[in-house]
Amino acid sequence: MSAPEPLIGGPRPPAELLLRDVHVLDPRAGIDARHDVRVRGGRIAELGAPGELEREPHGVDADGEPEVIDGGGRLRLLPAFFDPHVHLRTPGQEHKEDLETGTRAAAAGGFCAVIAMPNTDPVLDSAPLLRSLRDAAAREARVPVGFLPAITRGLEGEQLSEMAELRQEGALGFTDDGRPVQSAGMLRKALQYQRLCGGVLSLHEEDPTLSRGGAMHEGAVSAALGIGGIPSVSESTMVARDAALAGYEDARVHFQHLSCAASVDAVAAAKARGWRVSAEVCPHHLLLTEEDVRGMDTRMKMYPPLATDADRVALIEGLRAGTIDCVATDHAPHARDEKEVPFEQAPMGSTGLETAFAALHTGLVLPGVIDLALLVQRMTAGAALYELPAPSIALGEPANLALVDLDAVWIAGEHGWESRSENCCFAGRTLQGRVLLTLAAGAIAHRDRALAMVGA
Amino acid sequence: MNHLISIEDLDRADIERIVSQAERFAEVSDREIKKVPALRGRMVLNLFYEASTRTRSSFELAAKRLSADVVNFAASGSSVEKGESLKDTVLTLSAHKPDAIVLRTPWAGASELVSRWCSAAIVNAGDGKHEHPTQALLDVYTLRRRLGGIDGASIWIIGDVAHSRVARSNVLAFQRMGAKVTVAGPPTLIPRGIEQLGCDVRYTLDELDTADVVYALRMQRERMSETWVPSLREYASWYQINGRRLTPRQVLMHPGPVNRGVELSGEVVDSPQAVITAQVEAGVVVRMAVLYELLAGRDARPAAIPPAGEPAAQPVAGGRAA
Repeated sequence: MSAPEPLIGGPRPPAELLLRDVHVLDPRAGIDARHDVRVRGGRIAELGAPGELEREPHGVDADGEPEVIDGGGRLRLLPAFFDPHVHLRTPGQEHKEDLETGTRAAAAGGFCAVIAMPNTDPVLDSAPLLRSLRDAAAREARVPVGFLPAITRGLEGEQLSEMAELRQEGALGFTDDGRPVQSAGMLRKALQYQRLCGGVLSLHEEDPTLSRGGAMHEGAVSAALGIGGIPSVSESTMVARDAALAGYEDARVHFQHLSCAASVDAVAAAKARGWRVSAEVCPHHLLLTEEDVRGMDTRMKMYPPLATDADRVALIEGLRAGTIDCVATDHAPHARDEKEVPFEQAPMGSTGLETAFAALHTGLVLPGVIDLALLVQRMTAGAALYELPAPSIALGEPANLALVDLDAVWIAGEHGWESRSENCCFAGRTLQGRVLLTLAAGAIAHRDRALAMVGA
Repeated sequence: MNHLISIEDLDRADIERIVSQAERFAEVSDREIKKVPALRGRMVLNLFYEASTRTRSSFELAAKRLSADVVNFAASGSSVEKGESLKDTVLTLSAHKPDAIVLRTPWAGASELVSRWCSAAIVNAGDGKHEHPTQALLDVYTLRRRLGGIDGASIWIIGDVAHSRVARSNVLAFQRMGAKVTVAGPPTLIPRGIEQLGCDVRYTLDELDTADVVYALRMQRERMSETWVPSLREYASWYQINGRRLTPRQVLMHPGPVNRGVELSGEVVDSPQAVITAQVEAGVVVRMAVLYELLAGRDARPAAIPPAGEPAAQPVAGGRAA
């Protein structure tokens, strides 16, 4: 029996589109130039010199004409982004987010696919639940969704989930995200079992004996606020431990949401030994620090916590050097009343899908810390880590495209959010760079209101 | 001043103004009639999410001596136990239009949050392990009375600094007033990064004789179960302030309640160096000064319900018969 397609759901129908004179940037395809791009039947059909491609008469648009969007040589056409780490909260926590709202937020942020975490209620740890979620995603998701079921049943760290059956039902890999696999022995069994069933094991790294009682990074700010601290060694010691286990078992592991310099070092050391590890980093860890927690704004509370500026710089360096393979948002929606409580009582997490690109463009690309091509590469690299084709602007490929206006300035959240929740750590910040149009798996998933004006 | 949330928000002039006002109120306390009409018709709501006798009763006495009406709202036995959120509780109680809410919670930042949710003046009476600003003010008051001033004084704060809101507020307040602060205690109970508040850190009491003021913190017995220190016995042998460690020229302080035989030996509690009961006395007059500052001081807010015959500061929805 062959496994089903791991990504499911997405927009319909296949797009018929002519993008005229857009600046195409796809570092993977080696393109950085102005082009006309034709999307026919949801696939990239033609790339021509600016002004070269003509409107075709046989479109399927309402008028029988394909839509034409004029980029004026200014709008950028990027491969759409891939987010390997989101919380869609379904089943059980639909008051925070659901498959429709979460993927709508993804599309608005320029993402053509996301991978959902299993810390739902009930936990995604069985084939029947995976089947029903995939059915729901096929109906409701605005962009394709992949699922990572739990490594251990109920995320309790005591018994493996039925990984082989879950893989047959389309599991992309496995994770206990939200919690670590605390027992080294349990994780080792999962690593061994990977030889049977395949699938990346994605790890949320945290030693609860070190992090217990903590609500923010341990350091000067936690000392001043009297809030229990989470030391960064709570993450980095587990990264080092699990990298060694993966090396010993020759298993494939992915480290989720790295937050500190010591973890970057541990991943670099593992990679230098040839161990099969990869890592992701979140926009908030690249842009914010413990200083942003001083106001005890609960939107700044997430796991792992915002750390020091030295950690932030090390993460950027890790991303640049490729020690960290990709960007992931860890989009973690929570309802307003859940976050409108004192800091120590608030749940961990920030939304991030709608701001990821704009925040990183504003915070890293505009000041010249990294270049746009690298950002695009790292925001699309998550796909390959999960053995999926990376979004690419090449002839014959399905259209996974993000059309962005790098000059557009907006205030995060000023017109509300596509997500059901508003707990975004970048809310209220002025960002530059806006996604105008997202195509996912060949169809239009998001169209910004500003597009009509820009295209006119 | 609109609220008293944190010592961090105060400068030296603010602290001196409140302490001087407290000194004026102290004269009232020595009279036969201890009441002044300064806050007549004003309502002070004590909202306590943690057990407290001395802080709550001290605020209650302070409000009553200023002729304010006092309502005590303890979180146990109330809607809070039925799962009502802090915000909903505050919004509900705000319907009674308190002029000030004195708030104690186990959560850092709660007072700041509450100050955004209602129009009353908020007095932080302890927010988790963050701050306890009125304790710091009464400690400054006590020391000023005892020493004349604390500019240049060396003050050691000893014990469980990690879990102490008193320590954090006092480090800030003593430094604002020109003192040099050292925190000392077992390394497990000194939070990493505390030195960035500007204080020195010591893990032994070897240099305690350099201190002018010895401020011992309460050692919570429940910390033992979490193995912050190996035993109370070992804690006492290394950090207890006793007759051997305390010199006659030093002043001894403690926020109470004292664990005799743990952080303090019985002999020093009863010694002339100890100003522990003076701190309790100071609690009432300093809290009077704080309530006065917020509700009747120069930049105080107008009454939630204006006195008869005076126009309301802001129109009130629904109107109200004066």
